[in-house]
Amino acid sequence: MREIRLIDGIREAMQEEMRRDPNVYVYGEGIGPRGGNFNETLGMADEFGVRRLIDTPISELGFTGMAIGAALTGLRPIVDIMFWDFAYEVAGQLINQAARIHYMSNGQFSVPLVFRGVVGIGGGAAGHHSAVPYPMYAHFPGLKVVVPATPYDAKGLLKTAIRDNDPVLVFEHRGIYSLKGMVPDEEYTIPLGVAAVQREGSDVTIVALARMVQVALQAADALAREGVSVEVVDPRTLAPLDKETILASIRKTSRVLVVDEAYAPYGVGGEIAALAADEAFYYLDAPIKRLNTLSAPAPASAVLEAEMVPTVDKVVVAVRELMNQ
Amino acid sequence: MSGQAQSLLDLYRTMLTIRRFEERANALYMEGKIPSTLHLYIGQEAVATGVCAVLKRTDYVLSTHRPHGHAIAKGVAPRDIMAELYAKVTGCCKGKGGSMHAGDIRVGMPPAVAIVGGNAPIAAGMALACKFQKNGGVAVSFFGDGAANEGAVHEALNMAAIWSLPVVYVCENNLYGASTSFSTVFNIANVADRAPAYGIPGVIVDGNDVEAVREVAIEACARARAGAGPTLIEAKTYRLCGHSRSDPLTYRSKEEEAVWRARDPLVIAAQRLKERGEASDADLARVEAEVKAVIDEAVAFAETSPDPLATDALKHLFVGESA
Ligand SMILES: Cc1ncc(C[n+]2csc(CCOP(=O)(O)OP(=O)(O)O)c2C)c(N)n1
Ligand SMILES: [Mg+2]
Repeated sequence: MREIRLIDGIREAMQEEMRRDPNVYVYGEGIGPRGGNFNETLGMADEFGVRRLIDTPISELGFTGMAIGAALTGLRPIVDIMFWDFAYEVAGQLINQAARIHYMSNGQFSVPLVFRGVVGIGGGAAGHHSAVPYPMYAHFPGLKVVVPATPYDAKGLLKTAIRDNDPVLVFEHRGIYSLKGMVPDEEYTIPLGVAAVQREGSDVTIVALARMVQVALQAADALAREGVSVEVVDPRTLAPLDKETILASIRKTSRVLVVDEAYAPYGVGGEIAALAADEAFYYLDAPIKRLNTLSAPAPASAVLEAEMVPTVDKVVVAVRELMNQ
Repeated sequence: MSGQAQSLLDLYRTMLTIRRFEERANALYMEGKIPSTLHLYIGQEAVATGVCAVLKRTDYVLSTHRPHGHAIAKGVAPRDIMAELYAKVTGCCKGKGGSMHAGDIRVGMPPAVAIVGGNAPIAAGMALACKFQKNGGVAVSFFGDGAANEGAVHEALNMAAIWSLPVVYVCENNLYGASTSFSTVFNIANVADRAPAYGIPGVIVDGNDVEAVREVAIEACARARAGAGPTLIEAKTYRLCGHSRSDPLTYRSKEEEAVWRARDPLVIAAQRLKERGEASDADLARVEAEVKAVIDEAVAFAETSPDPLATDALKHLFVGESA
């Protein structure tokens, strides 16, 4: 085993898959010699050449559509959208095209596309650089949605995403790019649709994603000192969703809090609540709780930002409320 | 301020205000006083200054991720922009926008659009409203060479052209979109070469010569106000700073930088002022001191201003709601 940062896991996954399969290549702005906005492709142009690390014009709609076309006809493109905010300008290519072509052609064509970029509110990046839009994409049939929370998961899931024959969207939280964690020396992949229990506990289940897994784990430490045993479950992929692992945890603890940096309405928490109500209703000892970013665009001010996003303190308070019910 | 009435010394003062504002903002950013990132306008001051000198307060300007220069030139108070960089409640967006979204309704500037190319259709829409309302107003969209390759810019230019909208598109070609050089993403020599394809005039101007910029802006605005439609101005210029924070500038040569540094728009204007006898060294020193006072005051204002209240987080999501 060795220790790497999450961003290294992303890079290593792309490097290993590009070595394995000459049809894998990367599209994006400044991902060639510059090495990407977050150093995600640093050094890769040296190894694979600019033929496979294609620095594009600032034409996201165009190069995303091109990647879909290339995927339809034999290549395995990875699109680097930089910030997921920019994908709003491109969403039709993903939703109308990538997600539907396999179905519409009755299986004749497939779109082995990976589309990845950063999400997350933080540092005052404000309204156009803070998107957390995975619930919206998980809503649409035909798209796979990956939201890694650790270096191990980021690397293993991205490798699987690249090998997958359908469009896979990967949402990487900027706030945990430097998070360190252990990965095996040997090659590994992680299947899509398998959740990870990040901490075992018996009193309450916290379902959390991306950076919120760290927030939940810290809250769990604090709550342990109060004698509350928290289980933290990370779905890792929202589509497909590992319902069984989540349900097993809820049946064990009988209480569930969903902590998500995306907005609450029509989101992950609502989906988990519906799942629990459908399939674990009689196990529940308390109403299902959600903790999300408040419903407004991300502000520049740190004071407003702190008010809006879930924090360790807010998670602790929410769990205490659950335990008192 | 009406452009024709402004002396070169006035234009110089505006450019110097932008330059000193940016230098100070950068220093404060390095000290950790300003969050997020900063895209500085150093080297491009003549473009915003020359164009905005022609505009009325009621005309509209739409900016980009690099908005401080446009904002100052359009008349947003430096202290209000500085306070916004600090994300204070006294900032021009009350701490909600930050550096990349500077703007102020009082001078016709909506929050800057940090989605590259995203402001071009909005400018066309503002121009459409000016036309409907017959108020003689003009909208200006500033955008970069990189942005010119966004589909939104193409769509906007075409619609502005077919409906003869009173809008001026000002492409600031600083040779790079972040680290990507112009020649690698264009098969043509000039962005303005695209104008004939829309059936509108394309004008190339030295973007480091504030008077030259003002000349072409006067003509483009007159054309817009007369109902003759949009103009695409391409101002050839250069960022004398990095793209954003921590830009190692490895993608461009020191020789190229030196060529452009010698063509610093402030140096060009200062030389011309002295050659023409319109300003002495003493006059320039006085302007420098005046500008310094403005920037000092802006920083003091930002430093001493309060943060927004946490309870304001959900305010102004919808009209009439103050949560
Ligand atoms: C839609 C979109 N794509 C990408 C980015 C990231 N980005 C920010 S600035 C920039 C370069 C813009 O280049 P240009 O239009 O030439 O303006 P300049 O920075 O040179 O002023 C890029 C790619 C963005 N903000 N929005
Ligand atoms: Mg540029």
